[in-house]
Order: sequence, then C-alpha cells, then structure tokens
Amino acid sequence: MTTTLQAILANPDGKHSAVPRPPDRLGMKGVIASEWTKLRSVRSTWWTVASTFAIMIGFGALLSWAYVSRFDRLDLSERLSFDPTAHALRGLFLAQLAIGVLGVLAITNEYATGMIRNTFGAVPQRSAVLAAKLTVFGAVALVVGEVASFVTFFAGQAILAQKNIGAGIGDPHVLRAVFGTGVYLAGIGIMGLGLGALLRRTAGAISALFALVLVLPILAEALPSPWNTDVIKVLPGGAGQAITAVRQTSDSLSAGPGLALFLGYIAVILVAAFLTLERRDA
Amino acid sequence: MIEARHLTKRYGPVVAVDDLTFDVQPGLVTGFLGPNGAGKSTTMRMILGLDAPTRGTVTVQGDPYRSFHNPLHRVGALLEARGIHPGRSARNHLLCLAQSNAIPSHRVDDVLEMVGLTSVADKRTGGFSLGMNQRLGIAGALLGDPEVLLLDEPVNGLDPEGIIWIRTLLRALAAEGRTILLSSHLMTEMSMTADRLIVIGRGALIADTSVEEFIRRSSGNRIRVRSPRLDDLRAALADAARELETRDDGALIVTGLDCPQVATLAAAAGVPVHELVAETASLEQAYLELTQDSVEYRPDDESHLSFVHPAA
Repeated sequence: MTTTLQAILANPDGKHSAVPRPPDRLGMKGVIASEWTKLRSVRSTWWTVASTFAIMIGFGALLSWAYVSRFDRLDLSERLSFDPTAHALRGLFLAQLAIGVLGVLAITNEYATGMIRNTFGAVPQRSAVLAAKLTVFGAVALVVGEVASFVTFFAGQAILAQKNIGAGIGDPHVLRAVFGTGVYLAGIGIMGLGLGALLRRTAGAISALFALVLVLPILAEALPSPWNTDVIKVLPGGAGQAITAVRQTSDSLSAGPGLALFLGYIAVILVAAFLTLERRDA
Repeated sequence: MIEARHLTKRYGPVVAVDDLTFDVQPGLVTGFLGPNGAGKSTTMRMILGLDAPTRGTVTVQGDPYRSFHNPLHRVGALLEARGIHPGRSARNHLLCLAQSNAIPSHRVDDVLEMVGLTSVADKRTGGFSLGMNQRLGIAGALLGDPEVLLLDEPVNGLDPEGIIWIRTLLRALAAEGRTILLSSHLMTEMSMTADRLIVIGRGALIADTSVEEFIRRSSGNRIRVRSPRLDDLRAALADAARELETRDDGALIVTGLDCPQVATLAAAAGVPVHELVAETASLEQAYLELTQDSVEYRPDDESHLSFVHPAA
C-alpha cells in the first residue's frame, strides 16, 4: 500500500499534473461515450436485445409457417384479407415489450443501484445526461428495431413463398411498413426510457408502459362502437402501429398522422421527464 | 473550501437539516460527526447539488455545485449509497465516470492500482466484498485528482490495513492543501484522522471546532490525584473544584480544575501528593456528552420520530 500511496502523491510537476483539465464547458461527446459504456457493460442490455430479435424472428417464422400449413383449407375471403407483411411482423406486439423494458432499465437501474447519484455528481447538467441516454439508447433501439424488422420480414416472406403468397419489399407501402415497424419498436423503447426517467422505479415504469400500449386498448374495446375503434386508433399503440401497416383500414389512422401522433405522445412523456429530472432531488 | 450558509432541508414536517452554517477549510481533514439521522448524508447530497436545499446555500470553491462542468476534476465524492451497478465491472464503472468528465482512460487503471483492485478490475462488482466496493468508491472519488473530497463513512467495511491506508492517504492529501470532509461514526478513527470537527445533531450545528478544543471543552476532563491524607486533600480542594469523587482504589477524581491548580492548592495546605494525572476524555466521551440530547433514534425513545431542537 505504501508504494501505491507514494504513486498517488508523486506529482513532480505540481499538484494536478496527473490528470489534464478539460475546458470549462459541458463535453457532450464524453457524456454520450459514458452512456454508451453504461449501456454496453451490463448484461440486461444484451438479454433484452437478444429477446427482441428472438421474439420478432421466432414469431414471424412460426406464424408464417402455421399459415402456410393451413393455407389449402382456408376459404377465399380469408385468403383475400391476408396481409403477408403484417402477418410476418406480428411478433411486434411482444417484441415491443422487450425493447420497452430495455428503455426503462437504461435509467431505472441507475436509480435502483444509486448509480444515478454518481452520474449526476459527475454531470450536474442532468438534462445533458438524459439527452445522452436518449441519443445512445435511441440509436441502439433504432438499429435493433430495423434489423429485427427487416430480417423478420424476409424470413417470413421466404416461408410464405412456398404458397406464392409472400409480399415483395418493392410492393406498394411494404418498405414503409417494414421500416415503420423498426421505428415503432424504437419509439416504444424511447417511451420506456421517458417513463423510466419520470417514474424512477423499474416496476412502476414497466407497468405504465404496458398499460399504455397493451391495457388501454383492451379497456377501450369495451366502449360502444364506433367509439371503441375511434379511441383505439388514437391511443399510443394504435397511432404507432399505423406506420407498421401496409393496408390502411377505417380502424386505423394513415401512416403520416399516425406517426405524428405517436411522436407527440413520446414528446409529452419526454418533456415531463426533462422537467422533473431538473427539479427533483436525486 | 466548502461554504454552507443557513443550509436547511425539510421533508414535509421533518427538518432534516436545520440552518447549518459552516466552512470546510482547505489543508485540513474536517470530520463530520453526528448520530444516525442527524442529517450528515443529506448535507453531503446538498453540497453535491443532488438534493436542493429548502433554504440557504452551499458552495464549493465559491460556486454552487450544479454550475460546475466536469466537476470530478474539482470534487470527488464517496456517498452513503455507493451507487455501483452489481452487473458492471469495476473498470467499466470507473470508465463511464471518467468519460463523462474527459478524464483519460489510463487514469482508470491508475486509480484501480491505487486502491489495490487491479487484479479484479474486469470482474463484476456484484461479487465484491463490502470493503472492495468501498475501495472502488474511493477510486471513483480520486479519478479526477480533485481538490475537494467528500467521503461518507469511507472506512466502512475496510480491513485494518485499509483503514490505515485511507487515514494515511487523507492526511497526505490534506497536507497538499486539499479540502477534505469526512464522515465517520468511528470515533477513534476520527480522532486519528481529523483536524477539525463539525458536529451536528438533529440537523443543527452543535460544534464547529478543532478536535483538541472539542475534547478539552468536554466535562469529561478530570484530574486523578492520590494522597496519604485524602481527607485533608478533599478539604483543600472542596471550594475550588466543581466535583470531587473518591474511587474505591483510593484515588480522588477532581473535576473543574487543572493539574497546576490542584498541585498549588495541595501545596498551600501542606498535603503530600503521591500521584497527579490528567485523565483526558476520549473523543467518544466528548461526543456522546455533546450529542446525548440530539440522538434521533434511541431504543427507549417513544417519540423517536418527532423532532425536538437539541438543547443548546
């Protein structure tokens, strides 16, 4: 111990020669690098990313295979209403929860472990921390969402091609729907991050996210028509899923307004998260 | 230099920190003492800008903490809750802190070596002992080679070698002119490490003084004196002493006089003195005496959650 102590104190060129001082301003690049280190260095990140891929691709393949094996016994109306793109991407409804949980954990695990105090002690500009988290997590979630969506689409269509019922990526609206699915997944993840920042507790934030995207539509279902469909399509899930659909029906918004409304929900959550983050005790 | 002015923190009806005004001077180790729940950790969080004061201000080197950029270069802190993700390796824990403050990554290896964790740098901290986590927390506080260090119970869980190591480290850092605020409930440790003491009870300042002065002011300072003519000695000291007590072993314990005074009075009365010893109170005795009215959580205290101002 004594030798290491001497090493600490051996600053021959003056007191603070050991660590060069950066300029006196916020170094956003460093904060982003720090958030990337945090995200990549815990195993829950890789588990949730792997789950997102497994759920998307697994369900896409399974449901496509099931449809193919029953295809010969389906009647014409069922065949006509079949949407091969939406069918292959159906795993979205479960995968959104995996990526949403990743978003929640990206901040609530800091509150759970007390790391948040080290984080805000190192970067007292708390909004910069949340902005860096959004940048890093948003980029990861978008890449994960898009890769999962495109791989799932092509795998599903390859299976559906056995009955010549697959869609091509060049068919009308298909590219937008597949790309939109990745955007939707990333958006749900960011919503999770925002809710995590707002609520600070893992269980609370995950419950809130599930309630928003899964439970509210079920409750709205109980409304008399046409209120039920009118309400469901403007809920966060319904609005976001509008960008994942190839065929537009009267039960959903079209892609543009759907995306705008979905981003609006995310914006409201994030604004609330930024405002409370600066004001509350850490 | 840390300057707190009328620092106050309320949680609803509970006053956790009550109008604290103090300075923590550079070049010294300042001990921060108080019973559990006295407000030490809350005060430290306010210094670091983590909790906002209800009233009052606190600055570090003249500025409020939240105005700092890259603060790890100026202030290192070890907080009550160590704040280490159990699934992250020691190196990555330090690396993410270093990156956020533009500290070169080789400094991470340096501080890991300083605290003796190089061999477990890439192990997840979930498997660390309390003492190892403590060392990792201290490594984090030292990352930016800061001029100000805030350490909440740094010796908690350290083995004797570790305790001596941190004591030596803190003394050396203070000798370099750095500002060190250290909380500990280990009085012996505090008396060996600290130069000054800030003592709080129920959130309010009880004492802000040097360690020597703190002990000297304690009524626990007594003189032990022996004489073959004990009754004559008692008579000689009776008027001047605050209190006289004869022990079973025949020693007379004098309170309220110092050694020269006792010797002079005995000589004037012509009483022989066989032993004359100053029994200095320990920091622990002095501390207990001073804080007995302000202990927040006591086993038999029915009203332990209510708040009462400490007796002045």
